[in-house]
Amino acid sequence: MSDFDFSVIAANWAFLAEGLRYTLQVTVTAMLGGILIGTLLALMRLSSIVPLQWFAAGYVNVFRSVPLVQVILAFYLIIPLVLQMITGKSTPIGAANSAYFTFTIFEAAYYSEIMRSGIQSIPKGQIAAGYALGFTYGQTMRFVVLPQAFRNMLPVLLTQTIILFQDISLVYAIGATDFFGAADKITQRDLRPVEMYTTVAVVYFVICFTLSRLVKLLQSRIAIIR
Amino acid sequence: MIEIKNVSKWYGSFQVLTDCTTQVSKSEVVVVCGPSGSGKSTLIKCVNALEPFQQGSIVVNGIAVEDPKTDLPKLRAKVGMVFQNFELFPHMTITDNLAIAQIKVLGRGREEAVDKGLKLLDRVGLKSQAAKFPGQLSGGQQQRVAIARALAMDPICMLFDEPTSALDPEMINEVLDVMVQLAHEGMTMMCVTHEMGFARKVANRVIFMDRGAIVEDAAKEDFFGQPRSERAQTFLAKILNH
Ligand SMILES: Nc1ncnc2c1ncn2[C@@H]1O[C@H](COP(=O)(O)OP(=O)(O)OP(=O)(O)O)[C@@H](O)[C@H]1O
Ligand SMILES: [Mg+2]
Repeated sequence: MSDFDFSVIAANWAFLAEGLRYTLQVTVTAMLGGILIGTLLALMRLSSIVPLQWFAAGYVNVFRSVPLVQVILAFYLIIPLVLQMITGKSTPIGAANSAYFTFTIFEAAYYSEIMRSGIQSIPKGQIAAGYALGFTYGQTMRFVVLPQAFRNMLPVLLTQTIILFQDISLVYAIGATDFFGAADKITQRDLRPVEMYTTVAVVYFVICFTLSRLVKLLQSRIAIIR
Repeated sequence: MIEIKNVSKWYGSFQVLTDCTTQVSKSEVVVVCGPSGSGKSTLIKCVNALEPFQQGSIVVNGIAVEDPKTDLPKLRAKVGMVFQNFELFPHMTITDNLAIAQIKVLGRGREEAVDKGLKLLDRVGLKSQAAKFPGQLSGGQQQRVAIARALAMDPICMLFDEPTSALDPEMINEVLDVMVQLAHEGMTMMCVTHEMGFARKVANRVIFMDRGAIVEDAAKEDFFGQPRSERAQTFLAKILNH
């Protein structure tokens, strides 16, 4: 045990890669789904229809005040029950699949707050100009407000995505195997914690660092010229 | 073309417009002036229903703006509006700024819309700027693009809300020239502006507003000759000595 032996990584590479693939898949799904639902929630929150405002505010406040681990657990237990109520037969979806759903729903709360401040940062005159050209509310949002809000908020959206990526490791709570979980399982068996956790840390660092560079790059490429 | 009848509007308990009545006939140019906060912007925004009002009626080309059954997007598409701060869409090229509403609102094909946009861009002297973004143009250039964008919708009348007051002095004339040309072509125009040179040159009538009310509504000659109200006289003296 005294020397470092990184052969443990090579020997278990396929298992680790499978975990990493899962982590990335959940991240991308929850990012796209979360931004979509989050944008709808932000529009509801900013609409003039009071029940919609309440719904969106309630949604955001609930998910922002409950620990993510608890939401992951709760959804894992509740989703099959709900599905059973709808379909009438028992439909176990499994831990791995339930996480896609949970993260999307959970992250939507955070993305919606980002999109809300993005939408609010667009000057009122832009909206008036959209209407004055004959755009409907939906067209004004789609062609004028949201593209600008999205561009303005892109760095924050991607920063939130980096946090999401790291949070995927919490699926250990329901026994799903993400990248971190895979490393953890191998460690329990092969007892090579230093090599394993060093490798895991390096991979997380490289991915997060690359993403944050990407944020910078995108920022300068798609920034609105003012 | 535009008939404003007994329009009153409140923000909460604060009355912004008090019983405003006037009209703009086809091919007429009406200049609206008055001190800051007198309700000029509010009145002009009521015409294309960007602002709701609680009393009175506004009829544009035979359509009642305040009627809940009126298809407002359709009405607004026919009424061009130019804003103090240009309000071009900063995330789109000049070409797209000119084309998007033609495509999405009027249902024109992209080629036709771009073609029309570029013709109007040429007319305001900015043909070479088509591929740029608004942020790359000067204020005067942006405002000329904004006028071209409104014209691309083939409006039946144009509303201007202080189109030159955010501009550096050396850029004011390039915008006014476009507006004068428009007036000469017979465009129906309602312009909030303090450019009295412009008013003298092309206005048919001048409206003077104060504290939400239309205090004076006179033919240009009468207004500049001898306004009847004291407030208009004081106001004119102030801005003409500028
Ligand atoms: N959303 C609003 N809520 C409350 N009051 C408002 C609102 N918008 C405008 N006002 C008030 O209504 C009055 C008229 O405003 P308006 O913008 O029409 O004036 P204006 O004549 O265009 O002035 P300016 O020359 O400064 O543009 C002002 O006293 C203003 O403070
Ligand atoms: Mg104003």
